[in-house]
Amino acid sequence: MLDNLRPALVVTYREVRDQLRDWRIVLPVVVLTLFFPFLMNFTASQLVGFVQRYGANLLADRMIPFLLMVVGFFPITVSLVIALESFAGESERHSIEPLLSSPLTDWQLYLGKLIASIVPPLTASYLGITVYLVGIYRNLGWAVPPVLLTQVIILTAVHALVMVSGAVVISTQTTSVRAANLLASFIVIPVALLIQGESVLMFWGRYELLWWAIGGQIVIAGLLIRTGIAHFNREELLGREIDTLNFRWAWHVFISAFVGQAHSIGEWYVKEVGQTLRRLTIPIVLMILLLSIGMWIGANQATRFGLPAEVLNMDKLKEVDPTLIKGMEALGFYSISGMSTIWLHNLRAVALATLLGVFSFGVLGVIILMAPLTLMGFIAEAASSVGISPLIFLIAFIMPHGLLELPAIILSGAAILRVGATLVTPAQGHTIGEDWLIALADWTKIMLALVIPLFMGAAALEVFITPRTAMMILGF
Amino acid sequence: MSIIVADMIVTEDLSKQFDNFLAVDGVTLRVEAGEVLALLGPNGAGKTTTVRILTSVLLPTRGWARVAGYDVVKQAPRVRASVGVLTEQHGLYGRMHADEYLDFFGQLYHLDTATRQKQIDRLLDEFGLADDRKRRIGEYSKGMRQKLALARALFHNPPVLLLDEPTSAMDPESARLVRDSIRDLRSAHRAIVICTHNLAEAEELADQIAIIRHGRIIAKGSPEGLKHSLLGPPIYEIRFGSLLNDHKYKLPPEVTVTDQGTDWLRYQVEHPEAVNPLILRGLLDQDLPVVSLQEVPRSLEQVYLQAISTPTSKEALHAG
Repeated sequence: MLDNLRPALVVTYREVRDQLRDWRIVLPVVVLTLFFPFLMNFTASQLVGFVQRYGANLLADRMIPFLLMVVGFFPITVSLVIALESFAGESERHSIEPLLSSPLTDWQLYLGKLIASIVPPLTASYLGITVYLVGIYRNLGWAVPPVLLTQVIILTAVHALVMVSGAVVISTQTTSVRAANLLASFIVIPVALLIQGESVLMFWGRYELLWWAIGGQIVIAGLLIRTGIAHFNREELLGREIDTLNFRWAWHVFISAFVGQAHSIGEWYVKEVGQTLRRLTIPIVLMILLLSIGMWIGANQATRFGLPAEVLNMDKLKEVDPTLIKGMEALGFYSISGMSTIWLHNLRAVALATLLGVFSFGVLGVIILMAPLTLMGFIAEAASSVGISPLIFLIAFIMPHGLLELPAIILSGAAILRVGATLVTPAQGHTIGEDWLIALADWTKIMLALVIPLFMGAAALEVFITPRTAMMILGF
Repeated sequence: MSIIVADMIVTEDLSKQFDNFLAVDGVTLRVEAGEVLALLGPNGAGKTTTVRILTSVLLPTRGWARVAGYDVVKQAPRVRASVGVLTEQHGLYGRMHADEYLDFFGQLYHLDTATRQKQIDRLLDEFGLADDRKRRIGEYSKGMRQKLALARALFHNPPVLLLDEPTSAMDPESARLVRDSIRDLRSAHRAIVICTHNLAEAEELADQIAIIRHGRIIAKGSPEGLKHSLLGPPIYEIRFGSLLNDHKYKLPPEVTVTDQGTDWLRYQVEHPEAVNPLILRGLLDQDLPVVSLQEVPRSLEQVYLQAISTPTSKEALHAG
């Protein structure tokens, strides 16, 4: 293992030495390591003094750890620049070809550059944190709690890892630094949002939630590294440029994958959609599993945060509204407009899940689709706590339309997972763009052939059949 | 590297398609150990793509290739370890020193410290860079960079050398040094492929010439063989001591007179070793004062231009 790792470390050593000879990298790192923590110290002292004058001690308590995170974060932003340049810069200067012609394996070259992009900025970051903590201790007597220090140290490292692994993915897919820099917004914007979220947690004082942020980012970094290695391609590094969008080519790839070998709609349904379903077997199984987990989470939460008994008191419901049927008509039940409202609502949810899934390897998309199941589990469990059998509840309120809606959710989730996971597990011999377009074609097939009709049927059942079934079973 | 393979480079129907562009189209080559092959062709002909396939950097879309006995697709790391490449753009690291640079690549090729140090000293000395070993490569002239890139390609003593434009951007003295080095590098255990636009260099160094155009090999053979096949039998020139005027001379029937002046004539003959003595004897018998008889030198440039300007059967088919 160490023998295999050695060539990667040779690359790392060369790159780090090269960085340390470039004043354009060294200068900002030094400034951010030494000057910036002093500035933050001064800012913290001033702010603490100011807010304490008005008795807002809480703000001062939260400000110091927050600035600790900021001091750690700033130097690692340099790692983004280094990582973006790592492959694209070498391609541009033509120094990549001798490396590609050497016996280095793909992962050795990738890992060597990944580590080289992280180590100097992260070292600078930790030095900056040290300078800040020493200063703050001397000025304000504030000593960092060990758990918080551990969190900030790990958080800074995972910030660097997420940014660098994302930037290296971009860098391997471009052949010019300009193109890589233009694509950097795909990293900068999510990371900026992430930092804002973490800042909220720190000002809120919910430091224990930072562990979740750390865990989530480790998963994302892992997926990004997997994506980078999976798409590392010597040919593309030497020749491809993705700063122009070739719509004609993209359309050709998409439509070829969408139509496949079919000559008629019937053949398309049987052959192409069938093949796509077979390709989606694993995502479908995964979705069933995830939705079951979602339901279990919901049920579990109901035991902790149960609904008040009167909310689910059926006897009271029967007494309250003798004109229940009329009320339901007003809500849109028993009408075509109600049906289309539900149908469109479900399609909007799937569209949102797809959009989020594309940018999160499918994860956020699946979470959105898990939400109704979690709610269902919650209500079923809550109902059982007031004496209504969860099974009766599910049969009464869910099963009629759920028979169609659940398969639609499972299928759409599977298709979203495929689109998202394509970036992590590309097919042999395809470019990243081709893979993604083929996955998108699969998604479109599943949506048009199955999900949209299933949701339409489910919406019809939900407005015309489910209410009647529910009332019949519950004895209204 | 102790691999001894008779055919160091063998390719069969090697092809490379980029989207809609066929960069290399059915290239079949064979380079034995001890041979130098010059790959000639206009820009964009497919020379660099062929070299990249032979270094396992690009994958062929059709056909196969073996380099130093290893398959370029299935045994890519072994191929790369067996090949020394001088790329068209040498792509050095400007902030490194020459010795650091060579040492870095030596480590990538798994050479031990002592071997690396020995090779650094030897190669820098051989290429006249020893005095500049501690200067930043960014400060080097074009020629010095080219020499350093060549030193990198030779560093691990590979059995196969692929040199893309080895003397481009060099002054005549440096170019001569590099050409001499290449000649010295020729050994019973090594095959060398040179991609070049310098036809004199190709003629001087190569045992075999392959001319490539639109990704296809359109002519292949030894320099002499190519001259014969593309320009016809050798041409000889006879110079006379007096004006020929209307003197009727007789030549053997297998001789074709290609040109003549007042006191000279040129002819083409298939078997000069048999026919030239007859010609000479005949002319002397006819009392014609022959001053000299010599072969008219034909350059590789003529061969190249002839090959490039002749449409291949495939192209003729498309045109037709």
